[in-house]
Amino acid sequence: MLLYAAILLPLAAAMIAALLPSDRLRPWLIPITAITQFAMVLQLTATGTPATHAGNLIGLDALGRFILFVVSLLYAACSFYALGYLRYHPDRENRIFTIALLCFPGAMTIAAAAQHLGLLWVAVEATTLLSAPLIYYNRNRFSIEATWKYLLLCSVGIALAMLGILFVAYAGLHGGGEQELLLDQMLAAAPLYSKPWLRVGFVFLLVGFGTKMGLAPLHTWKPDAYGEAPGLVGGLLAGGLTSVAFLAILRAVQIMIAAGEQALVQQMLLALGVLSLIFAAVFVIRQRDIKRMLAYSSVEHMGILVIGVAVGGLATYGAMFHVLNNALTKGVLFMTAGNIHRYYGSKRMCETQGALSVLPYSASFFLAGFLAITGSPPFAPFMSEFTILRGIFASGHLALGALFIGLLVVIFIGMGGTVLPVAMGPHFDDADEPTEYRETLLTIASPMLLLAAVLCLGIYLPEPLRLMFSEAARLVEVTP
Amino acid sequence: MNTPPNLILLFVILFNFFILGTSRLGTCIRSVALQGALLSLLPLFLHTTTVHTYLLAGGAFILKGLLMPWLLFRAIRQVQIRREVEPRIGYITTLLLGALTTAGAFIFGDRLPLLPAHLHSLFIPAALSTLAAGFLMLITRRKAITQVLGYLMFENGIFIFGTLLAEAMPFMVEMGVLLDMLVAIFVMGIVMHHINREFSTLNTEQLSLLRE
Repeated sequence: MLLYAAILLPLAAAMIAALLPSDRLRPWLIPITAITQFAMVLQLTATGTPATHAGNLIGLDALGRFILFVVSLLYAACSFYALGYLRYHPDRENRIFTIALLCFPGAMTIAAAAQHLGLLWVAVEATTLLSAPLIYYNRNRFSIEATWKYLLLCSVGIALAMLGILFVAYAGLHGGGEQELLLDQMLAAAPLYSKPWLRVGFVFLLVGFGTKMGLAPLHTWKPDAYGEAPGLVGGLLAGGLTSVAFLAILRAVQIMIAAGEQALVQQMLLALGVLSLIFAAVFVIRQRDIKRMLAYSSVEHMGILVIGVAVGGLATYGAMFHVLNNALTKGVLFMTAGNIHRYYGSKRMCETQGALSVLPYSASFFLAGFLAITGSPPFAPFMSEFTILRGIFASGHLALGALFIGLLVVIFIGMGGTVLPVAMGPHFDDADEPTEYRETLLTIASPMLLLAAVLCLGIYLPEPLRLMFSEAARLVEVTP
Repeated sequence: MNTPPNLILLFVILFNFFILGTSRLGTCIRSVALQGALLSLLPLFLHTTTVHTYLLAGGAFILKGLLMPWLLFRAIRQVQIRREVEPRIGYITTLLLGALTTAGAFIFGDRLPLLPAHLHSLFIPAALSTLAAGFLMLITRRKAITQVLGYLMFENGIFIFGTLLAEAMPFMVEMGVLLDMLVAIFVMGIVMHHINREFSTLNTEQLSLLRE
């Protein structure tokens, strides 16, 4: 019951937002909904109920519970920032933006809880459509271009995923079994599936949801969309939506493992993962635009996640840990980058130098977030990346491990080349500034909370969380 | 070979060529809608007809045959374009490419490990060639609206394949899929309106401000 409430609450709040006439009061719905929903999700994750029931379209298994926890936590932390962000634009109509932002966690919760591949598809496509008005919030030439590319590429990508789902269903039909698309029935019947159809289906699923997740070479919408979206939306897309798309890929991996097709899964994921790291390393160097740089960093981390799953064993556990760390750290980075963007009215590196002297909190969190996302101790991404690396070496992929470290170092240097001048460079006192923007508690609190969480998780990982990661990892572990 | 589904699918393939070759935008939209409407009849011939199949066929007919063309015509009325499709490459070349992919679809369809019931039917070739035609539209046309039409043809191709598996999808999920598509077209229509307002054109080659 609680699960249905967690799905319906955001949708109900969106309906209230649609009816509420006041642009000033409407944003308050966002934090209220987010906190309530997060409390529900905490209850769901703590009790471990409701488990999945055979035949139900909706239910939470270990994997769904884990992803739901991650996106709900990120959304709750970002919700205060949303309030602060919309305050900066008191003159602008925010009805559509608020409605879309409120429906967003509803769709993500459905995706996390979906036990039917068709329902999962519907929910993921719904998130695509909901994020279009979010990306277009700034209403200029650049953002409309980004929105169009995002909408078209992701819709076609998701359509390919639908084709993949149908192929997998046909594999079941061919195998003589039931042609149900319920996850537990599929897992039980998978060994009988027709292998050629299943393999083709998996490739389509991977390409489709991989587009949504932003794995190279399917990532081309990412720098545009993240670059032009408000910082808040960038954080939610890079932390929340990608995690949901990752879940969709993991569902396909689950079926493939049940069918005994680990080899193809490993090859495909490894190829896409390494390619993502290479693309990120090439494009992050001399990247002058801080938000586009973050987008390439997101491509990098999606690569790390799928490499972790491909290697299996300890690395899968590390990948689960990394989903949480990536979501939280991306939240910090995008929100603080949004603050810097607003102060300078630019997101070019050359025009945003010396942010530490004018925006002490945002710039220092941005800097700390950079250190965290590139895997510096003592932040949590270091722990998860190190775990993945240990898994890689333990399974004997020495060359892969060396390449992994090398590319991570290149990305660290590349991002540092942009982030350090922005944070610590000399501050130019041009005549046409300063802008009116001042840091407020609301726009600082959200990144601060997330950064604190990232730091704490790096130092001490609570036992319930560790248990949640390993339970989720067990479902998608490929035996090396 | 002369069963009603095969006849429908034959018309669907012919429509692919017609859409690839036509230069009028209005004709293009009508043809894609007609193709969708024809496809919505497929479930009626395939399965033992239950309430489920009637609802699926009816829902698909209303969405693909009526609502989507209405949305698209509304979109082009708003942005006031009536003129041609503006292909990146000529119509003849597109048609030739379409013929090649259709031939490929027939050859490839024969090689797939199909169930005996689906062997030598037009389902797989029609689905693959419609997918390919949709891709061609997406790639070779300049206008945003023709790219949306390409996306719709792509969805039509998936629908053909989906009718073989209608029992795998509960009714709620099927309607969810169709509704998602409808909203997608609706949102794309709004975005087109804004593209037109910002750039005074729907030519997507103008959309090249964002680059490294």
